Amino acid sequence: MIKLKINGHDRTFDGDPDMPLLWYLRDEISMTGTKFGCGVGLCGACTVHRNGEPIRSCSTPMKELAGKNITTIEGLSPDGNHPLQKAWAQVNVPQCGYCQTGQIMQAAALLKKNHHPSDKEIDDAMSGNICRCGTYQRIRSAIKAAGKEMA
Amino acid sequence: MSIENLTQENLNRRTFLGGVFSAGAMVLAAQLLPEEAFADTNEYHGKAAASALRSSIYLGLEPDGTVYIVTHRSEMGTGIRTTLPMVAADEMEADFSKVKIEQGIGDKAYGDQNTDGSKSIRGFFTAFRESGAAARTMLVQAAAAQWKAPVTECKAQNHEVIHTPSGRKLGYGALASAAGKLPAPKPETLQLKPKSEWRFIGKDSKIADMADICSGKAVFGMDVQRPGMLYASVERPPVMGGSVQSFDDKETLKVKGVSQTASIDPFKPPYTFQPLGGVAVVANSTWAAFQGRKKLKVEWNNGANASHDSEAYKKELLETARKPGKVVRNIGDVDAAFGKGGKIVEAEYYVPLLAHATMEPPVAVAEFKDGKVEAWVPTQNPQAVQDTVAGALGIKPEDVTCHVTLLGGGFGRKSKPDYVAEAAILSKKTGKPIKLVWSREDDLRFDYYHAVAGMYHKAALDEKGKTTAWLHRSVFPSISSMNDANSMYGFDVEYGMGLNDMPFDIPNHRAENGPAKAHVRIGWLRSVANIYHVFSGLSFADELAHAANRDPLEYQLELIGPGRIIDFKSQGVANYWNYGESYDKFPFDTKRLRKVLEIAGERSGWGKRKPGNGWGLGIAASRSFTSYVASVVEVEVDKAGKIRIPRSWQVADVGMVINPDRVHSQFEGAAVMGASIALTGEISLSDGRVRQSNFHDYPVARMNQAPLQTDVHIVESSALPGGVGEPGVPPFVPAFANAVFAATGKRVRELPFSKHKLV
Ligand code: FES
Ligand code: FES
Repeated sequence: MIKLKINGHDRTFDGDPDMPLLWYLRDEISMTGTKFGCGVGLCGACTVHRNGEPIRSCSTPMKELAGKNITTIEGLSPDGNHPLQKAWAQVNVPQCGYCQTGQIMQAAALLKKNHHPSDKEIDDAMSGNICRCGTYQRIRSAIKAAGKEMA
Repeated sequence: MSIENLTQENLNRRTFLGGVFSAGAMVLAAQLLPEEAFADTNEYHGKAAASALRSSIYLGLEPDGTVYIVTHRSEMGTGIRTTLPMVAADEMEADFSKVKIEQGIGDKAYGDQNTDGSKSIRGFFTAFRESGAAARTMLVQAAAAQWKAPVTECKAQNHEVIHTPSGRKLGYGALASAAGKLPAPKPETLQLKPKSEWRFIGKDSKIADMADICSGKAVFGMDVQRPGMLYASVERPPVMGGSVQSFDDKETLKVKGVSQTASIDPFKPPYTFQPLGGVAVVANSTWAAFQGRKKLKVEWNNGANASHDSEAYKKELLETARKPGKVVRNIGDVDAAFGKGGKIVEAEYYVPLLAHATMEPPVAVAEFKDGKVEAWVPTQNPQAVQDTVAGALGIKPEDVTCHVTLLGGGFGRKSKPDYVAEAAILSKKTGKPIKLVWSREDDLRFDYYHAVAGMYHKAALDEKGKTTAWLHRSVFPSISSMNDANSMYGFDVEYGMGLNDMPFDIPNHRAENGPAKAHVRIGWLRSVANIYHVFSGLSFADELAHAANRDPLEYQLELIGPGRIIDFKSQGVANYWNYGESYDKFPFDTKRLRKVLEIAGERSGWGKRKPGNGWGLGIAASRSFTSYVASVVEVEVDKAGKIRIPRSWQVADVGMVINPDRVHSQFEGAAVMGASIALTGEISLSDGRVRQSNFHDYPVARMNQAPLQTDVHIVESSALPGGVGEPGVPPFVPAFANAVFAATGKRVRELPFSKHKLV
């Protein structure tokens, strides 16, 4: 039995301890905002926070999560009004939208530490997150805009 | 397309719409007949579209004032789910905040639903306008009747009808029932709003799904859940056309969560949209299904493609391209011109297979019950889902209901519904709703690949450096292999994408297509044959400029020649495809092509800085999907050969623009996809098996490889709306290669760049 917190709520898990968090979130507790893109840590679509740090949920087995605090896109802000979510809407970032929850979670972790990231810092933080539709330049400007608001 | 007749629809239509409207609603059905049949493009668009020569758009108004607009096209990132309703709402004078967008299910009554070929706006702009205008007309009539005033004294404005002399007003909701009882206006009597009164058309509009996407609430195909649903994953024959000889599932069935395995029959050639076959593992989670699959032991019959090897095939294509092929366009006499001497330039080009790699891999939920199927699918082509599932299960297409979810990318992959048939077959076999999930490995190994192509170019320059003759040969496995197992040649659709419509004004020009057989499934991918034709054609044009010692931009303009409408008929092109459009309405106008090139030159500061030493600009322009685009790419190549794109410019004349922000975003995205194709895009096979499996060996551009900034400029145009989703890709790739040449002196004739040492 593994106990953890997801978006502030206590959860217990007694399935296959090797099952990655991604599939627990999506298939078992129906939190589908976290996406499957590659399954092996190469695309970032599945990004969530573990104790505030971004992780790839597709490659993080449940057995490593005992006692941890997980935040998913559903828990990033209660009303969908995180500065990044507002900036995303303002800059019209999404195309198909599939990668965007992962992008936002990755960017949220960056901005927590650094409200004014340089282009290079944004590249370094975000290059693990693929957007096949190619929204990168808008992601970059939305991150800068949200950072300004948070500063 | 124009409105054939407008009818009030009654109750049974409501069922069709999935119960959207209440009994008091005014439901307006516009039944449309397309002016141009898509008959000649059947193979490209699939059976479904061709059989459907009726189209309808449904617009409903509830007594509470809510307007429902049904989008019958799929949302895969272009914004079409928002943009088409904007058009109808504008003509209706609706308050857009009161508009609810409903996604249409698959139904032939809608006409062409295949969201493909960059034609949603081209095909349905007028239809949606007329739909909105008809609703507005009826509302005005209803208000006038209520006030016993002449219609001319009443006007619709922002969800109300106003009696101008008295200032009295009636809201749309209050008029809904009365308007619903009026006969629908004849299409020829409809008065469309003048451009000056447009409120949404031509203005940026946010996509309807923005908040849901950013908060994780948006429902993609991957996110659909049904009560009692099980998850499935399929082990498919590693070689195209192979089949299961035997399998052992003992270990699989021991995996916790796995409930059963089931086999899926291989396709009967040609492969069409049928599943590839294989062994499915069914489980209570995606993870368990994946785990169970790892434990399967399958013996395969590999069939005829088991020795297929990409390197050998490449040689074959290029050798074929050295030989005369089928002539698909001819001007003057290239052989005679080559015989006259002058400077001869020749080159071979090669583009490998490419995979779509949509961010959301193929996935489908299907539920088989009482001989019928209900499916929830991220599909570009819901009617093909109906046909394909029906074919696989031996039921009628009408007995397949296809709900269309949001698509996590499409790019052409999701117009081919083999994955939905898999889900339906498994639901029938298990008696449970099935979510069938493709892993990324499945996606890359079992795609309908963009065709590999070998091309040969030869040109002669006169003493002034002018190109006097150009021979262009192209050899590729055709998309027609989808419907014809013996296909050896391309067809008009592929020729019309950069092979028989090169816009150059050269006295001697011949385009040829040589034979090639397909050994993998070939399918269309964003901008299709333009990718290889435009890459090779516009790279070679750059080579000619350098051979002539001329500036590449100036030389491209010279090649294009004076502004004119190209007369393909007189040049041996009997059936110029023209993207399925009438040539009168959408002629190939070189004036527009010249203009985007010139503007791209100005905006990018072309010619201001001397290239070399790891820095350079490249330029290329092409017309595709009836739109004209020029790309300029700036590259920096460091000492280690690492490429960065500080900036790129996309200048596009796409005709009239409906939602400028979404046009910009498509061209920004096309630049990134172009960068992926050029930098690292390659699928290859040995022993008939695809070598790549995930993003480590099929990389797509990441933020640090994509252009840092793409400057999109949309040319003011009042021409009919053209394509937007695809045309930004083709010119970007040669512009990028030309920039690499400018920066390094290395001419890349074989994609991707990652195969070459650039410094
Ligand atoms: S799905 Fe986890 S990184 Fe791609
Ligand atoms: S918006 Fe489509 S993958 Fe990023």
